[in-house]
Amino acid sequence: MTKNKRTEGKPQKKNREIMIVTWAFTLLFLCMAGYITHYAITHQQELINNSYNGRQQMLLAQNRRGKIYSADGEVLAQTVTDEEGNEKRQYPYQNLFSHVVGYASNGRMGVEAQANYYLINSNAPLSQKASLDVNGEKYPGDDVYTTLDVELQQIASTALGVYQGAVIVSEPGTGKVLAMVSKPDFNPEEIEEMWDTLIADTQSSILLNRATQGLYPPGSTFKIITALEYIRENPDTYQNYQYQCNGSITRGEDRIQCYHGSVHGTVGFTKSFAKSCNSSFANIGLSLDRDSFGDTLDSLLFNQKLPVSFQSGISKVEVFENTSDSDMMQIAIGQGTASITPLLLNMITCSIANDGTLMKPYLTECVKNSAGSTIKTFSPSSYGRLMSEQEAAVLQDLMMNVVEEGTASRLKGLSYTAAGKTGSAEYGTIKGDSHAWFTGFAPAQDPQICVTIIIEGAGAGGDYAVPIAKRIFDAYFDASN
Amino acid sequence: MELYVSEFSKYVIALLITIYTYECFAVFRYEDEERRSGIYTRQNIIMFAFHFSCFLVICFETGDITYLFFYAFQQIVLYAAVMLFQMLYPKTNRLVINNMCMLLSIGFVILTRLDLNKAIKQFIIVSGSLAIALILPFFVHKFKFLKNLKWIYAIVGISALSVVMILGQTTYGSKLSFSIAGITFQPSEFVKILFVFFVASALYKASGFFEVFTTAVVAAAHVIVLVISRDLGSALIFFMVYVLMVFVASRNFLYILAGAAGGTGAAYVAYKVFRHVQVRVQAWKDPWSVIDSAGFQVTQSLFAISSGGWFGLGLFKGTPDSIPFVEADFIFSAVAEELGIIFAVCLILICVSCFIMFMNIAVRLNDKFYQLTAFGLGVTYIFQVFLTIGGGSKFIPLTGVTLPLISYGGSSVLTTLIMFSIIEGLYMIKQDEGEQERKKQLKKQKRKKKKRVVTTTEEDQDDDLEWEEFLLSEEELARRVNSKAGNRFEDDEE
Repeated sequence: MTKNKRTEGKPQKKNREIMIVTWAFTLLFLCMAGYITHYAITHQQELINNSYNGRQQMLLAQNRRGKIYSADGEVLAQTVTDEEGNEKRQYPYQNLFSHVVGYASNGRMGVEAQANYYLINSNAPLSQKASLDVNGEKYPGDDVYTTLDVELQQIASTALGVYQGAVIVSEPGTGKVLAMVSKPDFNPEEIEEMWDTLIADTQSSILLNRATQGLYPPGSTFKIITALEYIRENPDTYQNYQYQCNGSITRGEDRIQCYHGSVHGTVGFTKSFAKSCNSSFANIGLSLDRDSFGDTLDSLLFNQKLPVSFQSGISKVEVFENTSDSDMMQIAIGQGTASITPLLLNMITCSIANDGTLMKPYLTECVKNSAGSTIKTFSPSSYGRLMSEQEAAVLQDLMMNVVEEGTASRLKGLSYTAAGKTGSAEYGTIKGDSHAWFTGFAPAQDPQICVTIIIEGAGAGGDYAVPIAKRIFDAYFDASN
Repeated sequence: MELYVSEFSKYVIALLITIYTYECFAVFRYEDEERRSGIYTRQNIIMFAFHFSCFLVICFETGDITYLFFYAFQQIVLYAAVMLFQMLYPKTNRLVINNMCMLLSIGFVILTRLDLNKAIKQFIIVSGSLAIALILPFFVHKFKFLKNLKWIYAIVGISALSVVMILGQTTYGSKLSFSIAGITFQPSEFVKILFVFFVASALYKASGFFEVFTTAVVAAAHVIVLVISRDLGSALIFFMVYVLMVFVASRNFLYILAGAAGGTGAAYVAYKVFRHVQVRVQAWKDPWSVIDSAGFQVTQSLFAISSGGWFGLGLFKGTPDSIPFVEADFIFSAVAEELGIIFAVCLILICVSCFIMFMNIAVRLNDKFYQLTAFGLGVTYIFQVFLTIGGGSKFIPLTGVTLPLISYGGSSVLTTLIMFSIIEGLYMIKQDEGEQERKKQLKKQKRKKKKRVVTTTEEDQDDDLEWEEFLLSEEELARRVNSKAGNRFEDDEE
């Protein structure tokens, strides 16, 4: 080719035009070949799940859907064939993993949807395929290993009890999701029988994965974000902040009350956070630069699709230059129109625990063929920084104080040190109805797991959500000791 | 057993096509055909190995041994084509012949897999067309009056297109073809060649404003008739070929600018006026939003392209039949699905290699008429490849043209084979030109040499050199002569 270039690159003058056209077309075709290759390889999985793509049916006719395993090798979903050759998808844990593992008939959800491509393809060894061919049997689809931990899932689910709500447990250092519970739940084996009633009942939100798609008022957990913005705007002076709380703050016609009308007295920055003082935070909210706050919210992944490979909702908190004082006071304490998914709150908490860097949450660990050889491994991947290391360190301290002398004191004095933030998010029109929130991590010095809990309509976060966090932390640190 | 064959063959086929494609470009390292002959022979062996592996897979997958007979016939015809071209025209360019046969065999394989009846029909047409292609280079080589028929080309071309416009059968909104005695013709395919000859014969002597203007009127007539017949793909090809040929003939960049401006304007008007143009553009911008109507073909084609992965699903393992008109307009997607992305990219590169060889021939032709013809045919070929592959992969809006030599369609394959054989004829003309030049140069060189004082060792070297020079093309020769004698070859030429 180099010689070729010499003769073709230095054409006789009279043929310059032909050479230009030749190179132009050659370049154009190289671009096109590159485009086609890139498109084909990057869209392979996405397109096979499109309902207009007949290749899915072809694969299902050829392969038996693979199994889904927990991280410790327990079967979470498998397809069994009876004597008559009918296939049935079994979920040994019934309701326990209903949303996160999902279902694969009447549409797909959860890992069943997300890892569909792997489950319906078969990389079984050729020798096995050949012997199955002889018997006219289907090939075994590839098995998907999740990051889920059966024990933690069970504890989270039991702790939530009959309440509606969600729990997410994840590893801040890797982004692995260890447990993800959403209630009310259902038995995925009965999805076909339940389907018509579920569809007919438009009020029902049983199929909604509250952990990833539920949109809740963040309540006081949002003070983490307000605090972050305040630190950003006043990096040297935030510790000098002081406020005299007498149970409420009034600006014009708007009045913000502290939870249950508590009067916190003179509070500094740390104490405002630890005691979750609404009046003080509304006051902070009024001082914030609206443009800068808007940017911070966007950088914390509000108002956009989350960088995860499973379905998730879009959390909405918008601040503009012309946002009114009244709205700013509401937003600062996570009320008003603000909404967040438990998943996003968990991700922000994880990034604080991981010194500012967010690891993308993921549910699938690896894919193995029927003989156990690994076909594909999903490694932890970083989304990037949500905040600086210093900012993360300040927030870690604030959250430790919440446990030491604030609203999450039920986590104090244990074999591990926890850190977190509670929330009691008011909703509806009746005063006093509130969702109980907790988001936090442990051990505080070297965070291993991150827990985010919401319990719908339970009451104060410190009373209802923190005990669930405690049970999960207890189980996790007992198990690893 | 068949499982092992089909799995193993995927890699074999990808490897074969990769080597073949490499050789396609490796030939350009050498200047003369004789040094390239080793490569050409290797290419022939790979070609037959590829063809055989594919049919082996087809037999295993279908469990029908009769496919082997069909294979045998195909093999005989392709082998005969390779051998006969070499025997009848020892001076032909074998890369063009090899690529032609390689592309034909890819077409046979994929058509056999898609629709055996259509494949048999195509095979018969290809056999007949090859016979025509075999004698054409002779006529192109000998008939010097071809450059004088300018108005005949124009009149025949426009009237053929007009007949289709008025009397033609409407297929899916476009008037493309008409039937005589049960055989369907698509005249726009053949007119492409006439059009290239027309532009070449009109511009080879002079390409001032007057000539460009008169040819523009004729070119516009072609394009307008095609647009009215709703054959947008062909209209685009005619337009592109015209603009580029004028550019090369006039050596004036302004014509490219004028062509781009005119083309953009015309495209804008077409978009505003014609509903079906808007539909096409919409289906290109976001086919997913119109997936069950205008975007159906493109999305199905994208499903096919993206489902094969690097090595493809294997013949008969995919569902390319889900794309409407897969055997004509979307054959590339079927290839990508079942034979893989590596294969598909190699296929693109083989087409590019054909094009570069066409351009290589055009560059070396001294006679401007022949040069323009070679150039025009090359552009016609590559632009059509671009339209069909780009359209099927959502790189550009879909226009619905065939992939030359691979797609199903008698008119298309016959036209392309004629184009390739005309190029062969032109190559022979180039060889003649080259020989004359060489003789002239050698004489001149000898004369000069006598005047110089040479040592004996230099003399020996010169003897070797002379033999080498005989093998070299005139361009390389010119370079050497220039450096030796300090003489400007280009100046001599005038």
